[in-house]
Amino acid sequence: MTESRQPIATGSDWNFTILEHFNDKLAALADEYRLDTYPNQIEVITTEQMMDAYASVGMPVGYHHWSFGKQFLAVEQAYRRGQMGLAYELVINSNPCIAYLMEENTLMMQVLVMAHACYGHNSFFKGNYLFRAWTDADSIVDYLVFARQYIAQCEERHGVHAVEQLLDACHALQNYGVDRYKRPSPISAEEEAKRQQEREAYLQTQVNTLWRTIPEPPSNASPLPGSLHRDEDPLGLHEGGIYPPEPQENLLYFIEKNAPLLAPWQREIVRIVRKLAQYFYPQRQTQVMNEGWACFWHYTLMNRLYDEGNVDEGLMLEFLQSHAAVINQPDFDSPYYNGINPYALGFAIFRDIRRICEAPTEEDCQWFPDIAGTPWRATLEFAMRNFKDESFIQQFLSPKVMRDLKLFLIVDDDHSETLEVAAIHDEQGYRRLRDALSIQYALSVKEPNVQVVEAAIRGDRSLTLHHVQDSRRPLARSVYPVIRHLHELWGFPVHLISLDEGRVTHRYRWPVEEEGKEHP
Amino acid sequence: MTYFIDRRPNAKHKSAVNRQRFLERYRKHIKRSVEEAVNRRSITDMERGEKISIPTKDISEPVFQHGPGGARSIVSPGNKEFVQGDRIRRPGGQGGGNGAGEGGASNQGEGNDEFAFTLTREEFLEFVFDGLELPHLQRKPLKSLEEVRMVRAGLSRDGVPARISITRSMREAYARRIAMRAPIKRALLEAQKALEDEERKDPVLRNPARIVELKAEIERLEKRIEAVPFIDTYDLRYHQLSAQPQPSSQAVMFCVMDVSGSMTQNHKDIAKRFFLLLYMFLEKHYEKVELVFVRHHTAAREVSEEEFFYSRETGGTIVSSALKLVNTIIQARYPPEKWNLYVAQASDGDNWDDDSHTCRDMLIKQLMPQLQYYAYVEITPHDHQSLWHEYESVAGHFPERFAMRQIVEASDIYCVFRELFKRRLSQAD
Repeated sequence: MTESRQPIATGSDWNFTILEHFNDKLAALADEYRLDTYPNQIEVITTEQMMDAYASVGMPVGYHHWSFGKQFLAVEQAYRRGQMGLAYELVINSNPCIAYLMEENTLMMQVLVMAHACYGHNSFFKGNYLFRAWTDADSIVDYLVFARQYIAQCEERHGVHAVEQLLDACHALQNYGVDRYKRPSPISAEEEAKRQQEREAYLQTQVNTLWRTIPEPPSNASPLPGSLHRDEDPLGLHEGGIYPPEPQENLLYFIEKNAPLLAPWQREIVRIVRKLAQYFYPQRQTQVMNEGWACFWHYTLMNRLYDEGNVDEGLMLEFLQSHAAVINQPDFDSPYYNGINPYALGFAIFRDIRRICEAPTEEDCQWFPDIAGTPWRATLEFAMRNFKDESFIQQFLSPKVMRDLKLFLIVDDDHSETLEVAAIHDEQGYRRLRDALSIQYALSVKEPNVQVVEAAIRGDRSLTLHHVQDSRRPLARSVYPVIRHLHELWGFPVHLISLDEGRVTHRYRWPVEEEGKEHP
Repeated sequence: MTYFIDRRPNAKHKSAVNRQRFLERYRKHIKRSVEEAVNRRSITDMERGEKISIPTKDISEPVFQHGPGGARSIVSPGNKEFVQGDRIRRPGGQGGGNGAGEGGASNQGEGNDEFAFTLTREEFLEFVFDGLELPHLQRKPLKSLEEVRMVRAGLSRDGVPARISITRSMREAYARRIAMRAPIKRALLEAQKALEDEERKDPVLRNPARIVELKAEIERLEKRIEAVPFIDTYDLRYHQLSAQPQPSSQAVMFCVMDVSGSMTQNHKDIAKRFFLLLYMFLEKHYEKVELVFVRHHTAAREVSEEEFFYSRETGGTIVSSALKLVNTIIQARYPPEKWNLYVAQASDGDNWDDDSHTCRDMLIKQLMPQLQYYAYVEITPHDHQSLWHEYESVAGHFPERFAMRQIVEASDIYCVFRELFKRRLSQAD
């Protein structure tokens, strides 16, 4: 480039004026690309504050719990040893969208983080269907404040220890505190606080009702385990349908509404943990997309800054180095290998979509007839808005990306002596690879499928859950501590049955030594 | 739309509560690590944090997870030589624990067996001294003047020049000057105005006498304004001090060590640790702790800390010489009614046989009645000699306040220390 460039700033020092300049520039570019974002709230913070933010899993206001302390210590240790940079990552799905800049970052880093977080992640939060459906960016911060205050109050009233134990139990189940199929009602701190007391009273009566009244028994109901024989129960008091009528996957919700012995404040805390799990649910399902999208945009925007002469070569080189480090994918046999890097995979796919749009090959026309040669920006927007990792990979992972990453599929079956290479990046393998990778990102497969099937409301009040095995994979040993926590919440025996294609493979129960009179 | 917010001045240590909760929860684990550290470390660098490891399984937060077994499909990057249908031997022993299937799913990181973190110095010391209490900590009566602390208590009109509050005095002076000059100034202005009026009149109508009069008045007033003193004794303000009695929690610790030829370097190292631990312990518990180092062979001498630990001597051993010196020092400088007195003695148990008897008498008759506590550690793997047996009879007389223990090697030291200074649910008060 021959024309003299006039960088906004050079060197690695920054100040607020410079940052504002860059931000204006980035905003203008983002506008040009029609990135739709929430307003940005960019907060400059210290290293320690960054570690705090990390430790509280990115909640700007968190309630107190030892596990966050543990996180903090781990982050601090890793950071001190230099194992970990603290630059990217932290951006909060809220309106305005809060992003953190660490004070000791260089100018390049600050600009990069702004491009990545304030325009990349931000637009993803605003656009992606999961976030739109599951989270309330407008009210999350208020809700967090409510949660923190409520839990602090409970600690004052009922003791730190009691609250901690309850939270431990809830945390163990928080991945099962999500309604997967229906949109939760919006949350707002003010309303929460207002409604909370009402709810307390109401919930309790509901629970009582559940345990007191006996619904009409359906005529063909099978006798429940633990129920009595006709002779011993002439009035049919112990008959009735199974409760709940359908299996429940939202364990925490079920606990909140039905656990017989929980006090109202305990139900409220269960609810808080559940609501927060719900808030993080979309993030857990869109890691590849979210990071890929943000990387795509920081890469695009930084290059535009350079093309327009707003940054100098030094800054650009520094950027490229750090970008390369972020999207680096070590091979499976490298000592640095730690699974597939979501940044690398996501970035590769989004870049590839653009390539398919702009310069499709014959292969692309075959594989992606509907997007090859279309305007890339609209296609990219479509991809960002309407998918989650699982479906995104299924839809957009191209043979070229598989070849570039040299993906291969291994099947590890404990019935066979050896591992099998089931597919590689070749003509026969593409589809199978793509399916397998897609499933690898499906939460429903990543996490064991556990559901409540029955609460013995007429029997011994025990709770029964089914674990439906996927490819014969059993539960890890952590199952015992988890059902112990479940038992703490439920208050009566908990049974967990592992099923493989309808066949019972394992029964777990807590308490392990049953002292109650179980049916023979 | 974008806002920038500088959050750096915000409160720090947002995670402090969570951190404390974590430490509290794993108190037992951490304590064990701290105890190991105290044994292992050279005590001179006790004043820093410590890396603590806790087995990950003990602090894991359980969730439902897939266990090993069944059929798993794993997509990995970086294929080099595999083609479809290849069969690979299972990598040794690993039940597929770190398979790619987990790719980035866990934020717990590397799945190490140990969770490691660093305690800060304060937290470390907190754990070292956890549950320890100085024995028989008595509030000494508030007798002496020294026990009164002077605290600032506002201002007063009189005091010594050294305590003048300059700003307040100047402010008073300023106010007074304004107040005193105001009426004069007003009169002056009036006079000036009258003079002006008079002078502006037609020469025929002027009253020369009046002018003279006014001029004299103006002169007089100006003089009066000047005469208002810049500062007056009346303006002076003094910082007032008031005497607040302070409960005495001052202590003095006598470190007595045998440095005769029979004490090897190893012995001294162990003794050194004992004293250092004590010293840190005391510093933590008393506002004011004085240390007196007395070392002895055949003769005792009060020495500096440096000399106490690091210089060499040879010769025989007469323990009573040290006890005598301690007693003299107490008489001269540390009256027992004002000071909590502690003596810690380390020795290998050697003594001239005749002297041990003297020691016992001296302890029982002179020293023990004045002391809060006497701790004796004998660093020897061998049988006890006469000194130990004589001391046993002292302990018989003062079971509450005289403690003796035997130490064989460095790792014993911490346990002994804890035992000696275990929190005594005060039989004293």
